[in-house]
Amino acid sequence: MHLAYPAVLAVLLFCTGLYGVLARRNAILVLMSVELMLNAVNLNLVAFDVWLRDTLHAGQALTLFTIAIAAAEIGIGLAIVLMVYRNRGTADIDRLRDNAETPGGDEADHEQTGKKAEATA
Amino acid sequence: MTTTTLAVLVPLLPFLGAAAGLLLGRTAPGFVRPLAVLPTVAALVLAVLVAVRQGGGKAVDAATQLTPTGSVPIELALHLDGFAALTAVLVGVVASCVQIYSTGYLRDDPRYPSYAALVSLFTSAMLLVVYSGDLMVLLVGWEVMGICSYFLVGHYWETPEARAASLKAFLVTKLGDVPFLIGLFALAADAGTFRITGVLGAVTAGGIDHPTLVALLLLAGVAGKSAQFPLHTWLPDAMAGPTPVSALIHAATMVAAGVYFVARLLPVFAASAAAMTVLAVMAALTMVGSALAALAQDDIKRVLAYSTIGQLGYMSGALAVGDRGAAVFHLLSHGAFKALLFLAAGVVIHAAGTNSLAAMSRMSGLARRVPDAYWTMTVALLALAAVPPFAGFFSKEAVLVAAEHTALGDRDVAPAGAGWIVFAAGLLTALLTAAYAARLWLLAFHGKGAEAPDHGRQPVAMNAVLWVLALPSLAFGLAVTSLDDWFDGNALTPTTTTAVLGTGLALAGGLVTYAAWRRAVPRAAHVPIGAVAAHPDAEPAVSEAEAIATHAPAYGSIASAPDPADPGRLLLGPLHRHAATGFHLDAVYTALFVRPVRAAASLVRFLDREVVDTYVRGAGATTGLLGAAVRRAQTGNVQTYLSVLLAGSVVLAVAAVLVAAGA
Repeated sequence: MHLAYPAVLAVLLFCTGLYGVLARRNAILVLMSVELMLNAVNLNLVAFDVWLRDTLHAGQALTLFTIAIAAAEIGIGLAIVLMVYRNRGTADIDRLRDNAETPGGDEADHEQTGKKAEATA
Repeated sequence: MTTTTLAVLVPLLPFLGAAAGLLLGRTAPGFVRPLAVLPTVAALVLAVLVAVRQGGGKAVDAATQLTPTGSVPIELALHLDGFAALTAVLVGVVASCVQIYSTGYLRDDPRYPSYAALVSLFTSAMLLVVYSGDLMVLLVGWEVMGICSYFLVGHYWETPEARAASLKAFLVTKLGDVPFLIGLFALAADAGTFRITGVLGAVTAGGIDHPTLVALLLLAGVAGKSAQFPLHTWLPDAMAGPTPVSALIHAATMVAAGVYFVARLLPVFAASAAAMTVLAVMAALTMVGSALAALAQDDIKRVLAYSTIGQLGYMSGALAVGDRGAAVFHLLSHGAFKALLFLAAGVVIHAAGTNSLAAMSRMSGLARRVPDAYWTMTVALLALAAVPPFAGFFSKEAVLVAAEHTALGDRDVAPAGAGWIVFAAGLLTALLTAAYAARLWLLAFHGKGAEAPDHGRQPVAMNAVLWVLALPSLAFGLAVTSLDDWFDGNALTPTTTTAVLGTGLALAGGLVTYAAWRRAVPRAAHVPIGAVAAHPDAEPAVSEAEAIATHAPAYGSIASAPDPADPGRLLLGPLHRHAATGFHLDAVYTALFVRPVRAAASLVRFLDREVVDTYVRGAGATTGLLGAAVRRAQTGNVQTYLSVLLAGSVVLAVAAVLVAAGA
């Protein structure tokens, strides 16, 4: 099989993931898009490993690492999203703007965080 | 003890007294008075001992070098000749009198400890100037006096007049001190030493390359310290200080220092005929102008201040004709009677509750209230007017004789022109001096009107001092025959011509003033005038401070009063208006110096506020604006950040590819 097929597929996958990360509003879908991007990379790793005929199969080994780390990452990510949803009642990224800078908003920021601290307590 | 040890102790004792007074003033108030009076009196005793041992004989020189100081060595040196010995005695006498007088005059003053310590320091500095044989050490005393006069003139710093006067005294004398310092360096560079004996030796050997330049630079400092035209303007304003300070500054220290300095270095000045002529013109202008101004003053102390300037003019005149014996002789007798005049004026101001002659002339019985001040002041005024046989007659005659000899060519130390200038101005001033002395006496003690306020008896300390000083004012002149040995040996005795001329003019001045007073005095009843500050139980200084502070509001000006019954107004006619303000010299200085400096200051203020600050503010504002712009990018939306990150990576990647491709 020619290298172009998996490479093009990987590019498509990556772009889809990128679009999802940049454009989706739901945090879970953003996480899923990140998975797509990771898998595009995995695909590349495997394809080039085969194409280069690497005796050590470093590409495949690295893919396994990536999958394991991605699994851990998605677990933590989903847990965070779950906590945010419980706290805020939404997982909409557009509405999670606590880090926004407002003009002359240093004191306001402090107040907000203070209130938040009280609320969590 | 050797004479040298005694002479070292003379300036040292008041200095130690001042240091102890400043340190112990707050913790041990009981020691302040003894610490003020005893060291000064001890210094006087030692100064008398030094004078007796020196005896007008050969000069005693002693020097020690503390540390090498480069090319021109500076040594702690003493140079004791007849001039130094006698001047030190005068300083001691006046300073002791002032310290004793102050214990009564400022008895309840909360700042008395620091005041007394500063007076001691002042005395010590003057004694250092008198004894010093090294010009740099002399300069130390010279400058210490400048700063002490600043503090003492500003003693009543609660009043704006005193604050302004102290600053003015300091700045004007410093204006002269800068060229003075340069002159000292130039002199030392030519002579190769700061020692007075060395400098005089170099002058005799003709080793001074620029005598005129050096002499003129030094004259600037002398004019500032000794209040000679055109740097005399600080002295009348310095009357805002307490009376004992005025007595100290005007009689024995500060103003005497300039004259004494020229007397010490007279050969340097005599080496340049131009400098002698400048000094003569300066002295003549000072004499006549100050005498006219004194005739128009209303504040009793300002009359005395202008008379000091005039008498210093006589001394400068004597120096300008090259007779330092006559100058120092007049310095000594003037010191005695001028200290007496000021201290008596302090008593009079306290008793009358005002410093205004116009107010005193509408008060009867002032002479009966303060008989001691009345009699001693009469003696001192007769001495000031140079009526024989008082001290002032002999010393002023000595000056006039010296001027006459120079004018007629009998002596060739100075050009004959300088002799004529000094002689003519001296005779004219003799007339005017008698006139303003008579005016002061008539207005102060022979007023008619309401009874003078009762301030109770004057303290014994103050009255006793007046009689102590009255003695030399009366009889010092009789020492004239034995004084020549102490000085250069020139005869100081009066000649018939000058004696007749001087006394005749003095009598004429007195009589003309008396006639004018008789004509003017009926008008006093029509124009009531006067404001009196009566504090029977308070210390005398309180009345004086109030009188100074209220003179301008009550009479419209610090110097004169709108009094038609003033004989001075009658005598001066249209000149009175100008004389009262000191011939508008202050206005000229305001136009020449004060306004340009103020304008420059406001320009600098503008440049600082509007130009420099704009850059500073701009730096802050630009950063703020940039910050605000960057803030706008912080939307809080993670996806926006990532988009920007992506865009940045793409740009970098494209750039890297382009670079790699070599495009």
